[in-house]
Amino acid sequence: MSSTQFAGGVAGPGAAKAVKRREERAAKGGWGRGRTKSAAGSRPGWLTYTILALVMMVSAYPLYYSFLLGSSDSVTIAQNPIPSLIPDGNFLENVQRVVSSDIKFWKAVANSVIAATITSLAVVFFSTLAGYAFSKLRFRGRGPLLVFVVATMAVPTQLSVVPLFILMSKLGWTGRLEAIIIPGLVTAFGVFWMTQYLESALPYELIEAARVDGCSMIRAFWHVAFPAARPAATMLGLFTFIGSWTAFFWPFIALGSSNPTLPVAIQLLQASYFKDYSLILAGVTVAALPLVVAFIFAGRQLVAGVMQGAVKG
Amino acid sequence: MPTPTTAPANGNSWRQKLSRLDVLISPYLYISPFFILFAVLGLFPLIYTFWVSMHEWNLIGGQGDFIGFDNYTHVLKQEFFWRGMRNTFSIFLLSSVTQTLAALALAAVLNQNIRAKTFWRMGVLLPFVIAPVAVGVIFSKMFADQSGLINGVLGWFGVDPVAWHAGVLQSHVAIATMVNFRWTGYVTLIFLAAMQAIPSELYEAALLDGANRMRQFRSITIPMLRPTIIFVVITATIGGLQIFDEPRVFDQSGLGGSDRQWMTVTMYIYEVGWGAQKSFGRAAAVSWLLFLIIIAVGVLNFLITQRISSGDADKTPEEPANSTMAKEPVA
Repeated sequence: MSSTQFAGGVAGPGAAKAVKRREERAAKGGWGRGRTKSAAGSRPGWLTYTILALVMMVSAYPLYYSFLLGSSDSVTIAQNPIPSLIPDGNFLENVQRVVSSDIKFWKAVANSVIAATITSLAVVFFSTLAGYAFSKLRFRGRGPLLVFVVATMAVPTQLSVVPLFILMSKLGWTGRLEAIIIPGLVTAFGVFWMTQYLESALPYELIEAARVDGCSMIRAFWHVAFPAARPAATMLGLFTFIGSWTAFFWPFIALGSSNPTLPVAIQLLQASYFKDYSLILAGVTVAALPLVVAFIFAGRQLVAGVMQGAVKG
Repeated sequence: MPTPTTAPANGNSWRQKLSRLDVLISPYLYISPFFILFAVLGLFPLIYTFWVSMHEWNLIGGQGDFIGFDNYTHVLKQEFFWRGMRNTFSIFLLSSVTQTLAALALAAVLNQNIRAKTFWRMGVLLPFVIAPVAVGVIFSKMFADQSGLINGVLGWFGVDPVAWHAGVLQSHVAIATMVNFRWTGYVTLIFLAAMQAIPSELYEAALLDGANRMRQFRSITIPMLRPTIIFVVITATIGGLQIFDEPRVFDQSGLGGSDRQWMTVTMYIYEVGWGAQKSFGRAAAVSWLLFLIIIAVGVLNFLITQRISSGDADKTPEEPANSTMAKEPVA
């Protein structure tokens, strides 16, 4: 039965096009992962692809809908609950209105970029450092401490907003980016993730070799462990970036409207121009676009990351 | 490879001591950022929440008198608190149940020998990169009571317009849809990964016994997925009961509707703390109540999920699949 012993290479975008051209029942056994569920791991029929195409449409349509309305005008929107599938020509004009509105659009963009970049770099660095220690170094209390890290993942920290806000006020950080960057510099998820990865990906021999060569502990980390951690670190960086870019609750409380991130700005846009959906949804589309574009290029890694880590966060 | 070898051959004791110290201290140094940050910005706030909840404490005035559990008794008497509880649980149940079932089905579809695997997997994951607030704003327009897309499409089939915002259950369905839009694909990939780890021998044996696809799914796939399902349900509980973003932007005022029909507990925390009352003491009390409830529900979920699938799971993993097929598993 296990005749399709092809190692798990995955289909690329070229294959994606091929599916669209509906040339389904061609060569048998391609990039199959040795699936042997039904007879000879045969190709599923048209029903499967119909379902997948429908799911795809549900996935993509809301964003496209946002673009359609964002390229329209409020009169047309009010008259047509179901927008035409072809966009109108007002998108850039609407974006222009978003930029010149009083939601501090450019500030929000800059804040989101800065916060997401710093947070993801810091999470990757500190998590790799801790993951390296937990997986490869011997020290007293290692086991219990790691259990503690994992346990903290289940703590609903969102519920500590009140004291966190009091703390930030005392520090004078409310309304400033520090308030949203500092709490996210290292996460339990990141530490656990890197520990898991380095456990299997980094051979002890490499570290020992570096140590014998006279490397200090930190040099051994930097020159041996960090490069070895790169694949998992990239994924962790992606997840953290997305998490920071899409976060709303805490930035909304800690920053307020004077110094917003993009999600906070979107909420402001909705609150202040609530009759003008072409304006609001043009803003939403623009705010979502960077990650969607990034997803086209890095989506493959993200998929792999979700499937390997299987941790929501 | 960097090799700063400076001939420590003569047993330079100072260097050796330093090196031993390096080995001893470094691990703790490397893990310290997490523990420091968690202590200051995770654990301390959690405990401090309790302290604040025992006081009269306002956004403007700061700390006031110690009043024991008065904030708790006050909050527990508020109608809006209980309405928030009702809404939160209703939205949570609507979203988590449909999401888990849909993800299981979709993962089974993706777990076939399909072409262009990565393309379809990316397709289901796409909504995950869109911010909940953006999803909320887009869907609040799609679910508009008047001139909304959903009601427009329903009109094609002769269905009367649904009061997605005005209705209680209707608004919960709309918000649960937003949550599911963003998370179903993610959960699907988690299930898919778990499905691919199931040894194919189990299916082969089942096939020999003449089990059809449905039967294989029910008697092999689901029991083998038990730990994953438990994990997904627990994380969905922790996240779902704190839901804020989507309902906050379901309309422009963000209070949860004219009758608070979709106001969640976290929205209530915000309203009590930063809205009209500006009472941190009461907001902290609500936070602690929600915290306890999340823990309770998490444990409950764990017990339920374990029981539901344990009937099958006890048999399948160790024994060869053909003997499993002979018995009638508890559905």
